[in-house]
Amino acid sequence: MTLREMQPGQKVRIEKVDARQPGVVRLMVLGLVEGAEIQFENAAIGGDPMEVSVFGTAISIRKQQAGYFSVSPLVSNG
Amino acid sequence: MAETSAIYVPVEKIGIRRRVSTTLAIIGNPNSGKSTLFNRLTGLRQTTANYPGVTVEKHSGTVQLESSAIELIDLPGIYCLGGHSADERIAVDVILGRMADTHAPSGLLMILDATQLYQGLYLLQQLMEMQVPIIVALTMTDVATAKGIDISIEVLQRQLGGIQIFPVVATTGRGLEALKTALESVAESAPPQVPESWPELSRTADRLIQQTITPMQRIDVIQALLHPDSFHSKPLERQLGSQLVTDSRNALFGVEPPQAVEARHRYQWVRTVLGEVQRQAPMLERFEAKTLRWLNRPWPATVLFFAVMALIFQAVFSWATPMMNGIDAAAATMSAWVAAHLPAGAISSFITDGVIAGVGSVVIFLPQILILFLFIIVLEDSGYLARAAFLMDRVMRSVGLSGQSVIPMLSSFACAVPAIMAARVISDRRARIATILAAPFMTCSARLPIYALLIAAFVPDESVGWLNLQGLVLLGLYLMGILGGLATAWLLKRTALRGPKPDFAMALPEFRWPNLQTVSIKLMDRVRIFLRRAGTIIFVVAIIVWALAYFPRDGGIETGMQNAVVQLESTLAGEPLAEELLRIENEAAAAQLAQSYLGRAGKFIEPVFAPLGWDWRVSAAVIAGFPAREVVVAVMGTIYAVGDKAEVTSLVDKLRSATWPDGRPVFTLPMVLGLLLFYAWCLQCAATLAVIRRETNSWRWPIFAWTYMTVLGYTGALLIYQIGSRL
Repeated sequence: MTLREMQPGQKVRIEKVDARQPGVVRLMVLGLVEGAEIQFENAAIGGDPMEVSVFGTAISIRKQQAGYFSVSPLVSNG
Repeated sequence: MAETSAIYVPVEKIGIRRRVSTTLAIIGNPNSGKSTLFNRLTGLRQTTANYPGVTVEKHSGTVQLESSAIELIDLPGIYCLGGHSADERIAVDVILGRMADTHAPSGLLMILDATQLYQGLYLLQQLMEMQVPIIVALTMTDVATAKGIDISIEVLQRQLGGIQIFPVVATTGRGLEALKTALESVAESAPPQVPESWPELSRTADRLIQQTITPMQRIDVIQALLHPDSFHSKPLERQLGSQLVTDSRNALFGVEPPQAVEARHRYQWVRTVLGEVQRQAPMLERFEAKTLRWLNRPWPATVLFFAVMALIFQAVFSWATPMMNGIDAAAATMSAWVAAHLPAGAISSFITDGVIAGVGSVVIFLPQILILFLFIIVLEDSGYLARAAFLMDRVMRSVGLSGQSVIPMLSSFACAVPAIMAARVISDRRARIATILAAPFMTCSARLPIYALLIAAFVPDESVGWLNLQGLVLLGLYLMGILGGLATAWLLKRTALRGPKPDFAMALPEFRWPNLQTVSIKLMDRVRIFLRRAGTIIFVVAIIVWALAYFPRDGGIETGMQNAVVQLESTLAGEPLAEELLRIENEAAAAQLAQSYLGRAGKFIEPVFAPLGWDWRVSAAVIAGFPAREVVVAVMGTIYAVGDKAEVTSLVDKLRSATWPDGRPVFTLPMVLGLLLFYAWCLQCAATLAVIRRETNSWRWPIFAWTYMTVLGYTGALLIYQIGSRL
């Protein structure tokens, strides 16, 4: 599963980032790297771009780049 | 022997200014509360200038301490020292003392936002490799506590190798005194140890430095390693040969992009540190947070965005009216007083029609500009501008740009000059230039005076449904500006600036109540700039235009009028006499203006603008407006005040009664709408051209922008007038 397929409110951990794809490195510099736990917050109309949060900071990411982040769901504790 | 008694007064009270002994630089992430803390520390003792050769604004100020004073340089808010944007490069150059006219700082004050330690600690690691003493101010501790985040400062300090950390609440001033005391001794403390996240990077850099002939700074070598194929790597490769540098790179990064490997190392370390330092208490989401979350949902957020825009435009027009009436009345009183106390002639005309009318007609728009800038600054300070960029990314993508272009374009509604500078944050060069060329289309505050004048004079004050017709026309002009800008970007991105789609990655700051001090300092800055322009450029242009409109005087007209007056006085009396005298005076004044230098210039150019329905007076005003468009209202004021000596009426009435020689009114609705569109699209601003030249580093783009926009404005006005007049 990739970041693209996340549901609103869902929490995931980033497992693998395809760093060689365009526009990915800048997202990694903002903290979207392997091991980071993130939550899907919101999206603009049409679902693109998406807003995810990592350690309380919201970061915007386009759907295209979201497809380069493999994630695994975390069990939500409510 | 007389007894002397000493009275001790605290230094603060008598305002002794100590001499600056050291320079420190303040650095941190965007929206980390850096500006608020900077303003808190320096108060009003700050200056804004430009770094030489670049357009990044240099803010510096003085902190008065117990026994010394410190110069504090406010560096731009950044996430990393990646060296891609101008902001990041300037941060490095200032810290290393490589910036001309700027003292090398002897230490750094790093701002760590307690709610965003994750990104903050990333930047801090890079700074720790620069071998410069650092102390940390931990801001937003109150917000963090409210969110249930508990931070152990002792543990954090230990993890950072002993860097001093001072918790402060910049808004209330808590913790400020301890921080100030510590600032005095930053320079004496030792540079921090290399961060434990990735010591291999610094070690490789140090090893390479030992092999160089001319010694290099560690940060420059690190940047060279991290950015292959960039200007960063050239000096190192020149000294050591590209093979050695490439080998070092391969050992560090393998086949992945260096910055990606860097991010993995550093953030892994940050996560370990945060695991020990930070505790999140389980919290029930409070009402405010719930509301904000709901407002960020796609549809509510988009509706809110347009509501905010509508509110701004409404406010600019309706809230400013009382203040504008006040300024108008004050100018009229001054003119009447001068006219009553000075003998009629060149000097009286110079003061009333030149100085007071010229400057007054610009200053009258200060309230509107004040309100507009207030909104833009509040939106920026509250973090909403980034939210707007997020919401509009899709729209901007359709013309080949990204949401990053939204912030410059929104700022451009206040003024294109800072907006074009704000385009620096756009990493993609083509997208940046397209944004720079689209920004001047947005309706800036200097266009408002002309819009306000013409709309008030010629668009009926009627309601269409629950909307006001004047407001609708104004909205239409804003939309035409947006349309022109977006279409231009779209065209450029398909032709001269064709290239891959720019990416969009940015942090979205949380909503934060704007800080009063920060907002007022920024607002005062903008007002000062506007008034300085009104007081210098606009004043000088107004004087020149007055002189061109007043000279040369035709003695024949004067004598003719005197004779007519004498003749009338012997045949008429009372009310009819007064009316006839006024008519003769008006005719004489109009004749004087028609043969003045400005009148001749306007008539010379009239054929060019005649297809647009402009007479020579409008043409003259437009010509005079090319250096700075806000002058146009002043020029019209001068032209019509000089040429029309009826009782003191407002410029609006004078424009309404302007006619062609055959008696047709000049300002018909199609002509006015065309004129408005001309102003919406034409680039009449030398300052904008200068800043485009500086930012694109070539004459090509400013020349293109000027020609393109002038032709577009002319064509638009031509079409509206020609089609509108035939309907």
